[in-house]
Amino acid sequence: MKRSHEPIFWSLFGAGGVLSALIAPILILITGIIAPIGVWMPPQALEYARVLAFAQHWLGKALILAVISLFLFHAAHRIYHGLHDVGVHAGTGTMVAAYGGALLATLAAAWLLITIGF
Amino acid sequence: MTDTQTIEIEVLRYDPEKDSEPHFQTFKVPFTHDTSVLQGLQYIKDYLDGSLTFRWSCRMAICGSCGKMVNGKPELSCHTFLRDYYPGKVRIEPLNHFPVVRDLVIDQTDFFEKKLPSIKPYVVPKETKPLSAGTYVQSPEQFQQYYKYSQCINCLLCYAACPQYGLKTEFTGPAALALLHRYNADSRDRGWDERSEVLNAEEGVWGCTLVGYCSEVCPKDVDPARAINQNKVNSTMDYFGVRKLLMPKGGD
Amino acid sequence: MARVKTYVRPMQGWWRKNPFFVRYMIREASSVFLAIYAVILLVGLLRLSQGEAAYDAWRDALTSPVSILFHWLALLTVGYHAYTWWMVSPKTAPDLYIAGRPIPELLIAGGGLLGTIGASILVYAIVRWM
Repeated sequence: MKRSHEPIFWSLFGAGGVLSALIAPILILITGIIAPIGVWMPPQALEYARVLAFAQHWLGKALILAVISLFLFHAAHRIYHGLHDVGVHAGTGTMVAAYGGALLATLAAAWLLITIGF
Repeated sequence: MTDTQTIEIEVLRYDPEKDSEPHFQTFKVPFTHDTSVLQGLQYIKDYLDGSLTFRWSCRMAICGSCGKMVNGKPELSCHTFLRDYYPGKVRIEPLNHFPVVRDLVIDQTDFFEKKLPSIKPYVVPKETKPLSAGTYVQSPEQFQQYYKYSQCINCLLCYAACPQYGLKTEFTGPAALALLHRYNADSRDRGWDERSEVLNAEEGVWGCTLVGYCSEVCPKDVDPARAINQNKVNSTMDYFGVRKLLMPKGGD
Repeated sequence: MARVKTYVRPMQGWWRKNPFFVRYMIREASSVFLAIYAVILLVGLLRLSQGEAAYDAWRDALTSPVSILFHWLALLTVGYHAYTWWMVSPKTAPDLYIAGRPIPELLIAGGGLLGTIGASILVYAIVRWM
């Protein structure tokens, strides 16, 4: 039997799972519901200058990159294996699309964080 | 006298010499408060239809022979009672994810002839010792490390519960992987390397997506989900070459 | 065993036949909402890099009813992911003992859930007041 390469993807899945389990609900609530509506969160909390300053700080960059990258690697792993659960034959092509997509997003986010400056 | 009531039992029938596919047959079965599902099947065979074929043996949830799907859930039929389903119907089918041989009898050879031997279910000692060298010494703490996983009665309820096994029978499966862990975790054993090919493969622990239903249905609380997922960590450490660093081996 | 004609039952619709499996599929499907949310954040990052006008347009789009509805669904499913994640986390934990007794699974799971609550309070406080 061949040794599986799953440990690589499972580690990324696990890291993304822990991070999203900790802060995805609150992030969704803040950015997607209460800040847009302006309830329990003044809309100014997410205004341009404030968020730009956060994204220019090295800690902010690290957090933004971790969130986008790990959330997507977690989802890619679950979606790829989930397709098998619903009877869809997901082969190498799907694997490349899923994890490759997460990797592309990671690189794009890293690039954008650099162009945003320090 | 005990109150006798009547319940409807719907059983899957399949005669390989006559049927192209299985069909249900319903029987009315008398029962009291302590009649098991197995006894219901035995009543049908003894008094209503002698051709009904099913496995059973000890009647006390230790042999692992009488596993059936009862209303869609894997159960030991000797350990499940008709009173809990009354006044509804009881639907009995062969354990899921195995080929049906006849009526409620499944083809178990994949587990007993392939999966179970593949994980080397025996202690692989550090060195062969003569009898004169005496017995192994094992502390209660060392025993605790694997005791839970040694309780498996090979009833196959976990395989009936596992959709990954149902979707791909190459998957080694819950009971075999739990037993693999039982031996790896035994302080007398040094068989990690011999078992690692199965463990680290896609057909090993990596075929599991932690549905978790296996541990839910296990009548002996073996917790195969735990055995498998602990070993995802072990397999990952092994993959990155740090397992020996972080896991000192106990025992002699 | 001798070669006999056996019947293999189909797997179609397997997960719809048991509530345990339905919950499992919801848990897995939560990842779709998580992925879409991460892409929304990535787009937000892009707009942030393009200047104030572009960023404000992105924020504006988040006030639309479609967006609010999506985020409610995302909150529910990803919340379910968080809950189930901690509930199964003891399965990957090594056997740990305190005073000779194994640590109960609920303690590990509970620790994780507390972690989510604590992290949520922290993130809210930082966004609101820092």
